[in-house]
Amino acid sequence: MAHRIVILGGGTGGTLMANRLRKHYGSDAEITVVDQDDRHVYQPGLLFVPFGLADPEHIVRGRERQLHKGIAFRLAAVDRVDIDERIVTLEGNETLPYDLLVVATGARLLPEETEGLTGPGWNEKVFTFYDLDGATALHQALEDFDGGRIALNVIDMPIKCPVAPLEFSFLADWYFQDRGIRDAVELTYVTPLDGAFTKPTASAALGGMLEEKGVSLVTEFNTGEVDGPGGRIVSYDEREVPFDLAVVIPLHGGAEYVERSPGLGDELGFVPTDERTLQSKVRPEIFAIGDATNVPASKAGSVTHFEGEVLLENIIRFLDGDELDASYDGHANCFIETGFHKAMLIDFNYDTEPLTGHFPSSVGVPLLKDSRLNHLGKLMFQWFYWHALLPGRDIPGIGPDMPTSGKVLGPR
Amino acid sequence: MATVTIAGHTIDRNDEGFFEDPDQWNQEVATEVAKEEGIEELTPKHWQVIEFMRKEYFEKGTGPTVRMLGKTSGVTVKELYQLFPKGPAKVAAKVAGIPKPRGCI
Repeated sequence: MAHRIVILGGGTGGTLMANRLRKHYGSDAEITVVDQDDRHVYQPGLLFVPFGLADPEHIVRGRERQLHKGIAFRLAAVDRVDIDERIVTLEGNETLPYDLLVVATGARLLPEETEGLTGPGWNEKVFTFYDLDGATALHQALEDFDGGRIALNVIDMPIKCPVAPLEFSFLADWYFQDRGIRDAVELTYVTPLDGAFTKPTASAALGGMLEEKGVSLVTEFNTGEVDGPGGRIVSYDEREVPFDLAVVIPLHGGAEYVERSPGLGDELGFVPTDERTLQSKVRPEIFAIGDATNVPASKAGSVTHFEGEVLLENIIRFLDGDELDASYDGHANCFIETGFHKAMLIDFNYDTEPLTGHFPSSVGVPLLKDSRLNHLGKLMFQWFYWHALLPGRDIPGIGPDMPTSGKVLGPR
Repeated sequence: MATVTIAGHTIDRNDEGFFEDPDQWNQEVATEVAKEEGIEELTPKHWQVIEFMRKEYFEKGTGPTVRMLGKTSGVTVKELYQLFPKGPAKVAAKVAGIPKPRGCI
């Protein structure tokens, strides 16, 4: 009998897994992908929307269209998963029994969990660019902004793409310089971390870049309240950052149904997952990929992409009754837009922080240093995303394991 | 790393003051570490958080973040900041004798 594989989520992880599994199993597996809408957003594009560098319509495509023939797509919200009975119940009570479940429903923004954030001023002077509506609304607000204080506030980790708020600051500097009003704009980056980034080498490089671009840095700031009408962000230890326009990265959690499914998720709605095999810790026949997991890696598409190769191998091994491959190393790789048609590249994993050097080897592109080549790489990536990554093709020269040759190990 | 004597007990701590070995911890030591952090008296609420952090550490291999603490320890985030004004996750981890909670990136 064909394996019944249900994949919850038709985003980056769900789509690439469905296509890879279909390629491997053909008709030996019944693959069903479930999603509550048919709008697949190319999320790296959200960074460009506020600055008018990307058209919102151009970063959205249908989810079903990205799935290979033979994969069933179910347009429905998930009500819950019964992990003991191995059944997914959709809204409306339709049930999908599975032999193997892949949870790929990503992370959800939880702005309502921060006092005042969605109150008066939300989407008027307090915005987020982490979803399409927010990014689009922010575009208009930036167009109308003629000067004053802009605070960029990361409420808490984990978040999707931890470098995007930094990129936003760099692009804002460029955007206002272009408009000739940079001197009239005060940019402040407000973070709960003790530096611009979590890891020392990258934190120093990125912190230096904020300074160069005249962006103030406020660290160890744990936001307790966003006061839209008063134009203040207030921390739990009663410090305040004033703003005329706030760009906030809200708290993140897992999908709602995870919270409704007893035993499936942790306190934040993420699925407890083995960081090396991507098998869930809740049931052996449940695997998770991407932002839906609680693995201590960045919530970024590149992580999902690299996880996909190990996950495919492990699903095959699991269904064959073989031992799993524990080789996922936490590899992540991101371009960081720095403005003026330049970008940096960082490459790291669970054990190695983003370091200086070159990628993928000593003759590659520079790491932690901005260049025009990296910017072109970032722009080209959108094509790769739709035409290579989602269909489940390998990207030449970029494998799941983090390369070490070319990296400068030890202190800079 | 430095080896120090706190309340008559030998403790190995890293450069930031976090315990290297959570088994070297006891309540007397916790009381002294709290004083170093400006907390003169540990109330029952403090102990609730400290014990919760140790339990989480031994179960999961890392101490909880402030947000996790707020959701699961029975003490709200606001109260956590009142109890440990210089930062609940870090200061409570020090007082609880566990390593610095691992942040995600």
